[in-house]
Amino acid sequence: MTRNTTTAIGLALGLLAGTGASADEIKVGVIAPFSGPFAQYGVQYQQAIETYVAQHGTSAGAHEIEFIYKDVGGVNPDQSRSLAQELLIREQVDYLAGFTFTPNALAVGPVITQSETPTVIFNAATSAINKESPFYLRTSYTLWQVSAPLAEWAYDQGLRTAVTTVTDYGPGIDAETAFKAAFEAKGGEVIESIRMPLSTTDFTPFIQRVKDEAPDAVFTFLPGGPPTFTYTKTFNENGLKEAGITFLGTAETEETNLQGLGDLAIGLQTAYHYSGAHDSDMNREFLAKLAELHPDAIANWASVGAYDGVHLIYEMVKAAGSDGPAAVEAAKTMEWESPRGPLKMDPETRTVIQNVYIREVERNPETGLLENVEKGVIATVGDLGWTQ
Amino acid sequence: MDLFLNIAVDGIAYGMILFMIAVGLSVTMGLMRVVNLAHGGFALIGGALAHWLGGDLGLGFWLAALLAIAGTVAIALPLERVVYRRIYGFGELQQVLATIGLAFLMIAAVNWWQGSTLLAIQLPEGLRQSLDLGFRKLTAHRAAVILVGLMVIAGLWWLLDRTRFGIRLRAAVDNRNTASSLGIDTGRIYMLTFALGAGLAALGGILGAELLPIDAYYPLRYMVLFLIVVAIGGMGSILGSFIAAIGIGVIETASRYLVPDLATIVFFSVVILFLAIRPQGLMGRA
Repeated sequence: MTRNTTTAIGLALGLLAGTGASADEIKVGVIAPFSGPFAQYGVQYQQAIETYVAQHGTSAGAHEIEFIYKDVGGVNPDQSRSLAQELLIREQVDYLAGFTFTPNALAVGPVITQSETPTVIFNAATSAINKESPFYLRTSYTLWQVSAPLAEWAYDQGLRTAVTTVTDYGPGIDAETAFKAAFEAKGGEVIESIRMPLSTTDFTPFIQRVKDEAPDAVFTFLPGGPPTFTYTKTFNENGLKEAGITFLGTAETEETNLQGLGDLAIGLQTAYHYSGAHDSDMNREFLAKLAELHPDAIANWASVGAYDGVHLIYEMVKAAGSDGPAAVEAAKTMEWESPRGPLKMDPETRTVIQNVYIREVERNPETGLLENVEKGVIATVGDLGWTQ
Repeated sequence: MDLFLNIAVDGIAYGMILFMIAVGLSVTMGLMRVVNLAHGGFALIGGALAHWLGGDLGLGFWLAALLAIAGTVAIALPLERVVYRRIYGFGELQQVLATIGLAFLMIAAVNWWQGSTLLAIQLPEGLRQSLDLGFRKLTAHRAAVILVGLMVIAGLWWLLDRTRFGIRLRAAVDNRNTASSLGIDTGRIYMLTFALGAGLAALGGILGAELLPIDAYYPLRYMVLFLIVVAIGGMGSILGSFIAAIGIGVIETASRYLVPDLATIVFFSVVILFLAIRPQGLMGRA
């Protein structure tokens, strides 16, 4: 980008921040993948947003809320930044939301700092993002937030040795570091840390290696979709369960792909912040409304990330209208009840403090479907990766 | 010794799955000389149909798989008549553009029909069991893939080398005009061969789904794998593809056992080195 355009955009953003949009209408720009291999995220967000709006109406305080959806395609930081600029300048949005991937979220940092636009992250889970701008707020989770409590819980269950198998990319390495640090701090031993190439299609060699090491547990982190499917299948088929090796995961059994894993998934243990089977009235109402609007929809962590993100935006609008800095200030002290349990915004990290549940996959005898049954809360924590 | 046996067993099982998903391409691109990047699309259609017939309609695995292959062939036949017939005459770059366009259409169609989540194909009880090899376990599914793979290679060898159809096909590919003037109905031969390629793609998609699960983006996700198998094997040689698939399976598996962090680098280095030394592939004609 040339210097001139940067200046022009800067000027435009400055003007925008000064005047603000009209008081009675607040626009929210949602940047997410709506096409391509990751379109499911956009779909989950939009369904959750529509569910929230159906439950709470289109107005927050004295303001009408309007959502504008923009398709970023996939991991594409340049596109993410230019969409944010387009939304801020042409559409004059007051809030930004969405962001599935860390690079896409990071790319808008300088823009939102300049325009003072509160930006709610529905998914991207790398701790460092929120350090890049004081206008980031996160209603999803961070990898440290779920991996570290899982390691501590595993140690408390009597598991002393572990092998970590993570996909060799940013989030995988974050998860590996978090698990290892927490597990070894407790006194456990990580015998080996295997990093699997992103393009892996056959996990048998890695699984056999784990089996040969014979640890008490194997911790894993994989991107959703095909890798998770194949890994969990291979894990079960090679008899690791029978060999007494406990599976420890996080998002591997997420709801949209869970039924596809079939009976082999039964018994897999994960630590995570949301299960579609969470036992609360709030969650049941959320699911009922979602099913009413979209009969085929399946709620997962991306859905509640968006649902709570919209709640946060509504509350910020009620408190501060289109005044960005005041809205962020107000958000820092907010607490609310979510379909996943109680939430509280951490004023320092601007990531929600929430319950991390230990869950196990079981087949629901009534519906016949697989679900993540929560066995208890193992921690109530904010972003543990902030100070790492 | 255990390590060596593990590499051999897993490598051959993985290689056979690679062969199954690439053999259809070996027929359309290798034998018919059309750069068919939509190959994965036919595998996707086969897999999606098997998912739908087996899961939503509740048919048994074998019946669903058979109907899905038949369904894929039924889609491929008119496609060959209307679209591919024109593509044969294109230059290589135009073939690439036209067939990748078709692949995108297939992806969009399946995405619209079934969504972008995984389309699991439930295996029958028999294939889900583990076979005890003494020193380790192997799932019945992988053993079955090895068996079907051997049947496919034998069947193709017989069809191409021992039948009149095979002789006519080779004649038509080598010189279409001369073949026609000798009274061979080359249009029909091409159509049948293309249908065979599409059917094999569907079979590979369904049988390989345990390892390379079906979702709407399947054709793009695994395109490089298919192309590598055919390129290493050599254009026009089914046996070459077979040897290439097994070789790739064993090398990739070995590097995952021995140097997991570097597995991808080792794999692609071997492929590049091999193609630099022998650009026509294992059994290709120079």
